[in-house]
Amino acid sequence: MENVLEAKGITQEYDGRVIIQDVSIHLERRELICLLGLSGSGKTTLFHVLSGLKRPREGHVFLDGKEITGQPGSVSYMLQKDLLLQHKKVIDNVSLPLVLKGIPKKEARKIADPLFSGFGLEGTQNQYPSQLSGGMRQRAAFLRTCLCAQGGSALWDTASKGGGEQAVHGTALLDEPFSALDTITKGQIHTWFLDMMKKIDLSVIFVTHDIDEALILSDRIYILTGKPGRITHEIRILPERSERGEFNLTEEFLEYKRRILSVLQPEE
Amino acid sequence: MKKRSGNITFNLPAAVALILLIALWAIVGRSGVVPSYMLPSPGVVVKAFIDDFPNLMHHAATTLQEAAWGLLAGILLAMVMATVMDRFLVLDRALYPLMIISQTIPTIAIAPLLVLWMGFGMAPKITLVVITTFFPIAVGLLDGYRSVDQDAVDLMRSMGASRMQIFRHLKFPAALSSFFSGLKISASYAVVGAVISEWLGGFEGLGVYMTRVKKAYSFDKMFAVIFLIVLISLILMALVSILGNLTMPWRRAGQTQAESFILGKGDQHEK
Repeated sequence: MENVLEAKGITQEYDGRVIIQDVSIHLERRELICLLGLSGSGKTTLFHVLSGLKRPREGHVFLDGKEITGQPGSVSYMLQKDLLLQHKKVIDNVSLPLVLKGIPKKEARKIADPLFSGFGLEGTQNQYPSQLSGGMRQRAAFLRTCLCAQGGSALWDTASKGGGEQAVHGTALLDEPFSALDTITKGQIHTWFLDMMKKIDLSVIFVTHDIDEALILSDRIYILTGKPGRITHEIRILPERSERGEFNLTEEFLEYKRRILSVLQPEE
Repeated sequence: MKKRSGNITFNLPAAVALILLIALWAIVGRSGVVPSYMLPSPGVVVKAFIDDFPNLMHHAATTLQEAAWGLLAGILLAMVMATVMDRFLVLDRALYPLMIISQTIPTIAIAPLLVLWMGFGMAPKITLVVITTFFPIAVGLLDGYRSVDQDAVDLMRSMGASRMQIFRHLKFPAALSSFFSGLKISASYAVVGAVISEWLGGFEGLGVYMTRVKKAYSFDKMFAVIFLIVLISLILMALVSILGNLTMPWRRAGQTQAESFILGKGDQHEK
């Protein structure tokens, strides 16, 4: 498999303190990998570097082989809060990444509109974010992230032709995308999310504090620990995601969980 | 969050208090405790207002013009200053203290100077209105710009937004609410500012009218013009409120089912 996103030897400091040191990770196409670590281990710092918002002190970031270190705009980044702009209608919030890329507002709306039903947002196009429930806002933020990752047109094709071959794929960083949801809704959203990822050819790195969630969803898990944070473990989850079924009820699952818990212990 | 619309439509306790106050005024006038030439009764004031209506309107037109031009210039100046100060931190640090100092200068002291420099025409009045109105608007806008969530800025940057785009799509709309709060205060300052500067020199306007009726000891007319100024200020403030609601439709969103139907779902979205 080809690497879509690759970070090599990232060291980044904040206020003169080294937060992450010599972090190297890679993301393959259509892969879903998880970044697991205790609070303050530098996950957000790493995301800021990967998205190009911050230029690292050392190291390089590549997207599809091209260097994008310190250049925002090509990797889609969904922050922990939904951050929908309260003064824009939901449809304009969702189509904002397209407008920012120079597509006229009307066109951008036309591209975003048919995608609403697939994201369970039908009928909310002309509402304002304050009128939506927390879960809906989260889904709207995710739809916006997808449109950003895809540059729009590819997703539009997928929606209208019902899938098929596409040249464009997207890369997204998601910071605790499901933390606002309750356990039961989470299960449904996970299934839907995996399905959607496949449909729109999305490769994802996500952050979570929920080890179960990490095990259920991920192909691989990177564990970031220590001060400064380093990648101390890389764990591949062996069962194929499609064949996991009731994975979380198996002995194997518990084995993984024990291993992760033991390496996550804060060092004194 | 409590929505703020509808609070000027009808307020029973305030209406009762106002009526009681007028009644008290009428009683004091009748009783003869205060001579009627010092405190004319409400009826006399209303009569003065009606009798002198054309004259009042003529002067009001001048004052309104000065207030409107001054307010407009004040808005423009405030917008430019706040935006530039927000963009360049050095300017913010250089100009903010000066802005504060400009607000401590007593209007009464500066108005005669302005008349000396610019003559008896509209120019010194408009200038004074600009000085009094730009500050609340500029501060409102600056606060609005600064209240923007840094995460939202990061999000937009991660989408590849330019500084201009971040301003247009995020910062400016987010600052509108505090801009209008500032504008509401400025609208009331504008009329008072214009009147004060007319007071200190001029040929027409409500301030000039006031000095004339004061010299003639026509206190009934004095009260009439005071009420007219209050009325004009209230109307201006209400206009700002209406303008604010029209500019920020999202603030009305989610109030009631019926309203949101009329405002939002009712209108089209392109299929």
